[in-house]
Amino acid sequence: MTDESATTDEAATTDEPGTGDHVTRPLLEIRGLSVSYRTRGGPVAAVRGVDLDVWPGQVTAVVGESGSGKSTTAHAITRLLPGNGGIDAGTVRFGRHDLATLSEPELRTVRGRRIGLVPQDPTVSLNPVKRVGEQVAEVLRIHGLATRRSAPAEAIAVLDRAGLTDAAVRARQYPHELSGGMRQRVLIAIAIAAQPELIIADEPTSALDVTVQRVILDRLQRLTEESGTAILLVTHDLGVAADRAKSLVVMSQGKVVEAGPTRDILADPRHEYTRHLLASAPSLTTARHRTAAPAPKADTTPLVDVRNLVKEFRLPRTGEGPRTLRAVDDVSFTLHRGRTLALVGESGSGKSTTARLVLRLTDASAGHVLFDGTDITTARGARARELRRRAQLVYQNPYASLDPRFSVGEVITEPLRAFKVGDRASRLARARELLDRVALPAAMLERRPAELSGGQRQRVAIARALALSPDLVVCDEPVSALDVSVQAQVLDLLTELQADTGVAYLFVSHDLAVVRHIAHQVAVMRAGRVVETGPPEELFTRPRHEYTRALLAAIPGGRVLSPAAEITTS
Amino acid sequence: MRRYVIKRLAQAAGVLWAAYTVSFLVLDYLPGDPVTAMASAGMDSGQIDPQQIAALRHEYGFDKPVLVQYADYLGRAVRGDFGDSVATGRPVTSTLADALPQTLQLTGAALLLAVLLGGGLAVAATYTTRRWLRQFLLSLPPLGVSVPTFWVGLLLVEAFSFRLRWFPAFGNDGLQGLVLPALTLAIPTGAQVAQVLAKSLLTALDQAYVETARAKGAGRWRVHLRHALRNASLPALTVVGLLVGQLVAGSVVVETVFSRDGLGRVTAAAVTAQDIPLVQGVVVFGALIFVTTNLVIDLVYPLLDPRIVVASDRRASFA
Repeated sequence: MTDESATTDEAATTDEPGTGDHVTRPLLEIRGLSVSYRTRGGPVAAVRGVDLDVWPGQVTAVVGESGSGKSTTAHAITRLLPGNGGIDAGTVRFGRHDLATLSEPELRTVRGRRIGLVPQDPTVSLNPVKRVGEQVAEVLRIHGLATRRSAPAEAIAVLDRAGLTDAAVRARQYPHELSGGMRQRVLIAIAIAAQPELIIADEPTSALDVTVQRVILDRLQRLTEESGTAILLVTHDLGVAADRAKSLVVMSQGKVVEAGPTRDILADPRHEYTRHLLASAPSLTTARHRTAAPAPKADTTPLVDVRNLVKEFRLPRTGEGPRTLRAVDDVSFTLHRGRTLALVGESGSGKSTTARLVLRLTDASAGHVLFDGTDITTARGARARELRRRAQLVYQNPYASLDPRFSVGEVITEPLRAFKVGDRASRLARARELLDRVALPAAMLERRPAELSGGQRQRVAIARALALSPDLVVCDEPVSALDVSVQAQVLDLLTELQADTGVAYLFVSHDLAVVRHIAHQVAVMRAGRVVETGPPEELFTRPRHEYTRALLAAIPGGRVLSPAAEITTS
Repeated sequence: MRRYVIKRLAQAAGVLWAAYTVSFLVLDYLPGDPVTAMASAGMDSGQIDPQQIAALRHEYGFDKPVLVQYADYLGRAVRGDFGDSVATGRPVTSTLADALPQTLQLTGAALLLAVLLGGGLAVAATYTTRRWLRQFLLSLPPLGVSVPTFWVGLLLVEAFSFRLRWFPAFGNDGLQGLVLPALTLAIPTGAQVAQVLAKSLLTALDQAYVETARAKGAGRWRVHLRHALRNASLPALTVVGLLVGQLVAGSVVVETVFSRDGLGRVTAAAVTAQDIPLVQGVVVFGALIFVTTNLVIDLVYPLLDPRIVVASDRRASFA
């Protein structure tokens, strides 16, 4: 069943602001929506009485942190909730229908046809065993918009519209052969293929590099402006929302705490939570986390001294002779005790590989790494082990880097056990002390990682890294997986620990805004090379390299809030 | 690709050699030898002529040192000659060749049944939205794995041959005679396929790309078969490869229970008679089947999942 004319035929008049010329009713009207998940401990309310409007042809953003219910709200619209989730109350009026009570077969004529979805993570949202063209064509085939014969050509046309270059070639490729940005374009193509009236974009760019993020969002915005499609943009990034949305809905703990025109909310946030969110958004605030470490004396030995480091990888599938990829290309830098050096760059820039080389987790092809004056480039056995004791790692994903079968106490004391430091009692005492250091209660020692939040897990990972009192901690995107307000707390913690213990950080990040908070020195990497180095104040205000400028321009939030972001530290 | 196949064939040869060597050592370690076993079985005990035995032992080479015997046999085995059966005097290769068609029929039919029944059960169990039905269907495979094959066989014979008189209880008579033994063999095998496939289907249905498919407006059947099943089939395929070996082993029991001629019964008889050349032939042949199936399955993987590249250099892909 289809009802193309259903959107405006009920001419109820409202006095909502922001309406277009003749549109008098929102395209989507959510009233009193409540969603809960069945869990072993009983039902958990995820969304509680949410009201939300989306007007035709407009971008509406829903912002909030993880657990705020923003993503659940978005998925409840077309009832794409996980198996244990269900709508308890409320209406989702879309055109003539109430989607909350529509039958499943009727709902299928809305999904994909009238409401498109751009999912969160492009790396896992495409079927890995199907060609991307086929996956776009499938939407057209399901809704009878193309025949078996015409679908492939039309899929290519849609991919082209979604901004994928060489669409005809790409259509024949599999998802794993495309980059994250390209895959997100494929997903956008899937969403726009049937020319829907509404696109729900659930964190469409959080998994992408900033520069790619900007291009993708620009494309999405242009496409919808051309066709008059409305967008419901779900994002944790207030900067992204500020740049793109006409109206803003702020959610916290399953409820809408504030809603209205974006400009008004940003200029005058009325709710406390909105103010808190604004204050912790890294892209919108200024540096305040950095320790005031004195400049190192010129004659002291740097803790880490990297000289002309090169790492080459052999590539598979040799068409014409062996090929290699230069992941790290002639990189040099120094890092002194008690200081933080940030390696910044997008995926594939070689920043993580460089960090792995410093930790001796992979072999260098050429160049040297000096740790505290000793050349460790080829260190093995006892010498490599000595390095392990003095240099530790905090990994990006706190959900994957803690052994789920260990208790928190076991996680933290594992390095001590590995190096046979102390006895059981003294190790336990050390674990307590470390937990206290990272501001977690001692009662957590017995808990499993699964019982902790993301921020708590990353604190545990930091405690583990500090267990052996190392001289160097390599932090590989330590806050990328965390909510903004938690990010701020973890960055504060790292700074405090540095002030107390004099540890040096090698801080790997794609996020210039985060780096600005914590680094004393920043090295911008691109395609394996360091293109620019300098203190963050200088880099942010007077970027010399064109690529640094491009990165800075891509930071979301720049369009609306640039005046606030201009305030720099003295 | 070609280098990969060559490498895999070399590995296969290694596996065959290892199977031959291990079985040789084990058989050599067993007390007695085939000639004594044959003599004591064939004649009234007490009347065995020691001289005759010594002559026979010399004829088969059992009086030589182990290493010499091993080298002798291996040298001939490489040329495809496994010697003559001690019990019957017939060449091992022709004994195996005679028994092979019956067993191929049986295991082939069993494999087909196992994949159809197991796959069907897994798809049905994960597709249904009725909780009780899903629970019931998912409880069948563990049951199928845990009941012993010979007992299932006897039960089937009791029900379908003696009571219902639908199928013959034993013998090699065409399709009719194939049904019960194939079913007996297929039940534990199919149960394992079902277990693995149901598990990986449930995992696949939880993936983000399934949500994308649903957001396109795809119906449940389309999501299930076109999106989830193909992704879920890889682990099941791996299991099928391993199960082929189990089917050959299982045919020993099934052919005995149903009194069918075939490789299984040849094996049983050869082991009882300590017919070393024949047992060796069976072992190497079994290993050959196993190695071939797994090579074929490894070559099929890339067809099902384009992410798997059959590469001669694995290290590069981890970099």
